[in-house]
Amino acid sequence: MGVILPHSHTHQLNMATTTDTLKPPVTSVGVIGWLHKNLFSSWLNSILTIVALWLIYNLAVGLVGFVLSANWNVVVANLRLFMIGRYTLEEAWRVEVSAAVVAFLLGASWRLWRGIMQQVGIAIGALFVVLALLPFDMNARLYLAGIVALIAIGFGCALVVRSRRLFLALWVLSPFVIAVLLAGGVAGLPAVAPDLWGGLLLTLALAVVGVGLSFPLGVLLAVGRQSDYPVIKWFSILYIEIVRGVPLITVIFAAQIILPIFLPEGMSIDRVVRAMVAFVLFTAAYLAEIVRGGLQAVGRGQGEAAKAIGLNTFQILWLIILPQALRSVIPAIVGQFISLFKDTSLVAIAGLLDLAGIANSVISQKEFLGLQNEVLVFIAAIYFVGCYAMTYASRRLEKKLGVGER
Amino acid sequence: MVSTDSDIIIAKDVHKWYGGFHALRGVSMTVKKGEVVVVFGPSGSGKSTFIRTINRLEEHQRGQIIVDGIELTNDIRNIEAIRMEVGMVFQQFNLFPHLTVRDNIMLAPMWVRKWNRDKADQVAKELLERVGIPEQADKYPNQLSGGQQQRVAIARALAMQPKIMLFDEPTSALDPEMIKEVLDVMTQLAKSGMTMICVTHEMGFARGVAKRMMFFDGGLLIEEGTPEQIFHNPQHDRTKLFLSQILH
Repeated sequence: MGVILPHSHTHQLNMATTTDTLKPPVTSVGVIGWLHKNLFSSWLNSILTIVALWLIYNLAVGLVGFVLSANWNVVVANLRLFMIGRYTLEEAWRVEVSAAVVAFLLGASWRLWRGIMQQVGIAIGALFVVLALLPFDMNARLYLAGIVALIAIGFGCALVVRSRRLFLALWVLSPFVIAVLLAGGVAGLPAVAPDLWGGLLLTLALAVVGVGLSFPLGVLLAVGRQSDYPVIKWFSILYIEIVRGVPLITVIFAAQIILPIFLPEGMSIDRVVRAMVAFVLFTAAYLAEIVRGGLQAVGRGQGEAAKAIGLNTFQILWLIILPQALRSVIPAIVGQFISLFKDTSLVAIAGLLDLAGIANSVISQKEFLGLQNEVLVFIAAIYFVGCYAMTYASRRLEKKLGVGER
Repeated sequence: MVSTDSDIIIAKDVHKWYGGFHALRGVSMTVKKGEVVVVFGPSGSGKSTFIRTINRLEEHQRGQIIVDGIELTNDIRNIEAIRMEVGMVFQQFNLFPHLTVRDNIMLAPMWVRKWNRDKADQVAKELLERVGIPEQADKYPNQLSGGQQQRVAIARALAMQPKIMLFDEPTSALDPEMIKEVLDVMTQLAKSGMTMICVTHEMGFARGVAKRMMFFDGGLLIEEGTPEQIFHNPQHDRTKLFLSQILH
């Protein structure tokens, strides 16, 4: 040993000095070399490259042609329909106020949390700026400018009042306030039946309620499925498996027809609320299975260590197991939410006109015949912004929580 | 075996089955306040299972376990009371990876003992100094070496100010050069008068620190005695054989 150790020691030193002086081998070989290596390395590769170039060229030509010839009047003239559907015209200010509230909170959160909120704030602000450039009338442009201004005002307010807790409470409160404001029927506000809600407003309402309620329900079901109490366990399993065995469209349909049967005489639920119930119940079953996967990924030792330091069952779940389980399944959960967001268009079968439903009816307007491309591109852009925002938020959240790192 | 007032752990005829497998076949022992007991034996001998019955991570199905005057029954209040008195350190550390080192230590004092944040923070700071890594407080467990993680795990258990500490093979998952730093902390803890039961094969530690040693095999407590007796004059053939295998 005494002889070997110093020897291996010097050997290591030598290795260290050689690696220090050696530079990594040069890998780049110029543009031609790169092209050859990546695009034309074989006959098959060359053919694929040429076919792909041809496709890209055609796509680009078509796109440029479309952009140059597009007639956005169909969108401009129907903007109100796209945004709020048949929401009572005189009450439309309530929707505008709601959007303003969100813009204000967004601005404040941008200042307080930075990170994700900053990105979201910038993205939404930029979106409104772009929209303001479209040929809308003066009022609409003023309103869009007002929204951007409100983001700035929110930002300014948060400079003065630096309470994250306050703004978090406002965020939690805001959906309820907005729901009451939109539905009305209290404090002198005339009621606007949700049946009249449409367009983006309906899409967002369904998505927000769907996400907000299906998540806690899904977590409860996932935990219930792992419960030691047979009644809870079997109820959860039965629920999850039955709902997952039925297509969403059937659940929506069933909610429209079956839900009223269970209600007492004379009581009726709005069709939109029935659709919301359907989305919540359906999504919860899928979320439950995703969360269960996360729960199983948390090692047994975590629960044992938590027990050993004296935490009770609820504390173990809330403080130790769920944070780890949910963190590991963020991508799958967000995927489920994205699919929910897109599936909101299925409410058409219940006779409700969400963004996609409105688009369908606008396409068949006599004065705008043949402009379906403009309409579809417009709503596709809105769906894309919604979906991408969720993907982006999920990526940031994963990074912040250090998925795969700790 | 006569139990006296100073017996802080009393086990009488403890049995445990996993399905049809009889893992503990009637273990009786006592531990006095401030005693350090080393438990050793071949794998599958029931030694880990036994110390895990003491804080009810495993349920015993026959016999009696009394910890600090409280009998372990199915009564959740008794179990919770005992878990507040008994700290445990695991082979795989089992730190909470989503919490910083500081929060790992502060969690139980704040939620179980209902201390305020300042007090818990103060205790966490003192404990991290005691285990020699005060500068790691704001890191996450996976950013630490195995030895450091195990020392945090010891600090986390001590934060509840337990009367008894259980160590379940605390150095088995460590790289060789990190074993000493953990054993040093355990030795220091033993000298401070803590009652400890350690499942370990670190015979140097046993010789230097243990007051008694217990040899488990086949779900039974085969032999117990002072390190002197166990190392120099083991009574049982199986003890002799096992010692000869690990003390090459």
